Amino acid sequence: MLNSKIPAGPLETKWKNYKSTCKLVNPANKRSLEVIVIGTGLAGASAAASLGELGYKVKAFCFQDSPRRAHSIAAQGGINAAKNYQNDGDSVYRLFYDTIKGGDYRAREGNVHRLAEVSTNIIDQCVAQGVPFAREYGGLLSNRSFGGTQVQRTFYAAGQTGQQLLIGAYQALERQVALGNVTMYARHEMLDIVMIDGKARGIIARNLVTGELERHFGHAVLLCSGGYGNVFYLSTNAMGSNVTAAWKAHRKGAYFSNPCFTQIHPTCIPVSGDHQSKLTLMSESLRNDGRIWVPKKQGDTRKPNEIPEEERDYYLERRYPAFGNLVPRDVASRAAKERCDAGYGVGTSKQAVYLDYAAAIQRYGKIEAGKRGINADADTITQMGKDVVKEKYGNLFDMYAKITGENPYEVPMRIYPAVHYTMGGLWVDYELMTNIPGLYALGEANFSDHGANRLGASALMQGLADGYFVIPYTIGNYLADEIRVKAISTDHPAFAEAESKVRDRIHMLMNIKGTKTVESFHKRLGKIIWDKCGMARNAEGLKQAIKEVQQLKQEFWSDVRIPGEINEMNPELDKANRVADFIELGELMCIDALNREESCGGHFREEHQTEEGEALRHDDKFMYVASWEMKGEHEWQLHKEELNYEVVKPSQRSYK
Amino acid sequence: MEHKNINVKLKVWRQKNSKEKGSFETYNANNISQEMSFLEMFDVLNEQLIVEGKDPVAFDHDCREGICGMCSMYINGRPHGPWQANTTCQLHMRAFNDGDTIVVEPWRANAFPVVKDLMVDRSAFDRVIQAGGYISVNTGNAVDANALPVDKAKADAAFAAAACIGCGACVAACKNSSAMLFVSAKAAHLNQLPQGEPEKKTRVINMVAQMDKEGFGACTNTGACEAVCPKEISITNIARLNADYAVASLTATK
Repeated sequence: MLNSKIPAGPLETKWKNYKSTCKLVNPANKRSLEVIVIGTGLAGASAAASLGELGYKVKAFCFQDSPRRAHSIAAQGGINAAKNYQNDGDSVYRLFYDTIKGGDYRAREGNVHRLAEVSTNIIDQCVAQGVPFAREYGGLLSNRSFGGTQVQRTFYAAGQTGQQLLIGAYQALERQVALGNVTMYARHEMLDIVMIDGKARGIIARNLVTGELERHFGHAVLLCSGGYGNVFYLSTNAMGSNVTAAWKAHRKGAYFSNPCFTQIHPTCIPVSGDHQSKLTLMSESLRNDGRIWVPKKQGDTRKPNEIPEEERDYYLERRYPAFGNLVPRDVASRAAKERCDAGYGVGTSKQAVYLDYAAAIQRYGKIEAGKRGINADADTITQMGKDVVKEKYGNLFDMYAKITGENPYEVPMRIYPAVHYTMGGLWVDYELMTNIPGLYALGEANFSDHGANRLGASALMQGLADGYFVIPYTIGNYLADEIRVKAISTDHPAFAEAESKVRDRIHMLMNIKGTKTVESFHKRLGKIIWDKCGMARNAEGLKQAIKEVQQLKQEFWSDVRIPGEINEMNPELDKANRVADFIELGELMCIDALNREESCGGHFREEHQTEEGEALRHDDKFMYVASWEMKGEHEWQLHKEELNYEVVKPSQRSYK
Repeated sequence: MEHKNINVKLKVWRQKNSKEKGSFETYNANNISQEMSFLEMFDVLNEQLIVEGKDPVAFDHDCREGICGMCSMYINGRPHGPWQANTTCQLHMRAFNDGDTIVVEPWRANAFPVVKDLMVDRSAFDRVIQAGGYISVNTGNAVDANALPVDKAKADAAFAAAACIGCGACVAACKNSSAMLFVSAKAAHLNQLPQGEPEKKTRVINMVAQMDKEGFGACTNTGACEAVCPKEISITNIARLNADYAVASLTATK
């Protein structure tokens, strides 16, 4: 039985009581306890820094050349916090409620409430570190709106919020490195968990520069390795983002939960051709001011500026008047797909909709003219409006122009949904521990807080909540009982065995010496998963996909070609290791999607929709976390964790 | 926007590892869509090399949206290639014409040794940050964020400096391989904020000392760094660092 260990008592006091009663480790004992942290994004860097500050001996690992590169850096829009600085009715409860509702009632109340509670501390902490959030003229912090909410609670730093937050966490981490509390291992990839007496006690890592395998001991291991969106090949994730660390843990017995809950972000730059290696997000914050539309006429080939106002269909405003362009991501993505599938798409591929800033430019221009008290002509108003838009979203507009060669100040941007985030991940309890004692998962790597759909500006919040404010307490509750365990020598047979298995697998991969590149397998996997386990899924397609992925796996292991040597830098070998894991995960995603015979959040089963085409949940049958245990090749066992809603009453989500 | 396919000739620096000597190899990249990014063009080349049984070109890259700072090619004598305020991953093949020869090298600097081919080791930057590129505040000590108003102009200036992505183009562009733009950007970010004030002096002294220790060269204000910076970090930050450094040196208490 999965025990989520949610503390008893009223929702608002659970975390407070937990913190007051959990076990502590005294400072002298902390010095002899070692913690391994995999990944240095927001969750990993904040955890490594905070645990270093507490006095634990920390080893942090990342595959990039520096911890500052982790993909949290690319988050654009912002970070939510229930500060209510705008006096617009926000509160911890509202942030909690919006997150639960946004997640389509598939997240744990206890975890989400804790997240909302600590959200305010995160902003305080980041400001103290010198994170340069946007400010008003009075010197106080500025907020913006985001999808799925009706208050302004999002803190931001232009379109580079993730960068600024990560740099803050990275600097805190480097400070601990300088103080000797954290040892940093860049260009290292974790390739297995070492288990001793049923507990996670270390890792095997590949030094990506020399190719050497290394053994590292830890009293506990934290996986902060991010999400698995790259299973789709094309996603907004970084090229190196991978599921390998989480998957190795899964193979060692850690349950993988809700893998089919993936987020397709509505506003990305459309695919331009087969050469495409990744997709680029246009921040959701653009939906604050931009209006989304398609022509009212099918297959309209006119240029956007030639289509008169009355012949445009602002379909989000039409379908969802209360939230308009700011509906949650899953809803906005499906609505775009619906219009394109129905033949209203734009651009050469017809797989795109317009995101139009013309109205916002005029509105801001007029406000500026009013502020300055001038009677400006149309051109001046437009110019002043463009200047305002540039200040707010300039870097995003520049990026769009570089990628597409078009000027978004003059013509509407073309956008289409793309894979962005994965709500599923390793199963963890309230303490963020997986079902393997001593093995934790933080941030996007775990499944816990976003249910079936994540609201915008909540990923940064969760990563930092887990790293700065949750794990420092919960890990003590475990390590307090480990103080008598002396550091285990890496000569222990469990380390030798784990290392030799990793070595064998690498040799096996290198010895295939087939004909097809790793990249070609990854592309094919991505296409299967996108077509059949993407924005819309059905039983037949999923069954087909499972077969295709199984075949692909067989072909991969018999025909992949990896150049180079083992004992040297070999990016193709690293990629092969990752793609092999993605293939296995792809199969499990389809199995999970097939099992969940309902639609909820990002998981849309075509068989289960309302008459209006909205997601139709079946709470009587699927109000649970689907956690999968690997039993063997192509074989998984389902464990259900029932979700109990004590405070919120699940209802059909409505944004109309 | 009209796009076409082009053929280009690539002269690429190949170097097996940090110990062996490197040299240029020439490759043809044919039928390249101008909609491709520069790195996607390299993906195509690498796929071709693997199929031919050759070793693909190693290069650093990750986010491919111009923010992680990992990509680092020196293209036709300029870090990140011909476009202004741009990273290699955001450079698109529209920048080139059919028949062009493109020379691609790694960053060249003593402080950035080549790891393989176009990859270099930039851990010197991390060590410069370790020397003082932070505000010493442990988790859990912070007061309410709005308890400390910050002048918007200063906050904006701090943000502009904090936009540095740590790619190292400034070092690669500088004839002396100076890291002054990088160091000054971090100092400008933290020193202009009230939170960074208490450590201002030790920060600049320690970061500059570490920078020298890593083997970066001296700054002679030629401005090549600013000209190639993908995030348009201003060279005025260097003037500010020099001023802060002078004050810190003159008033140092130890």
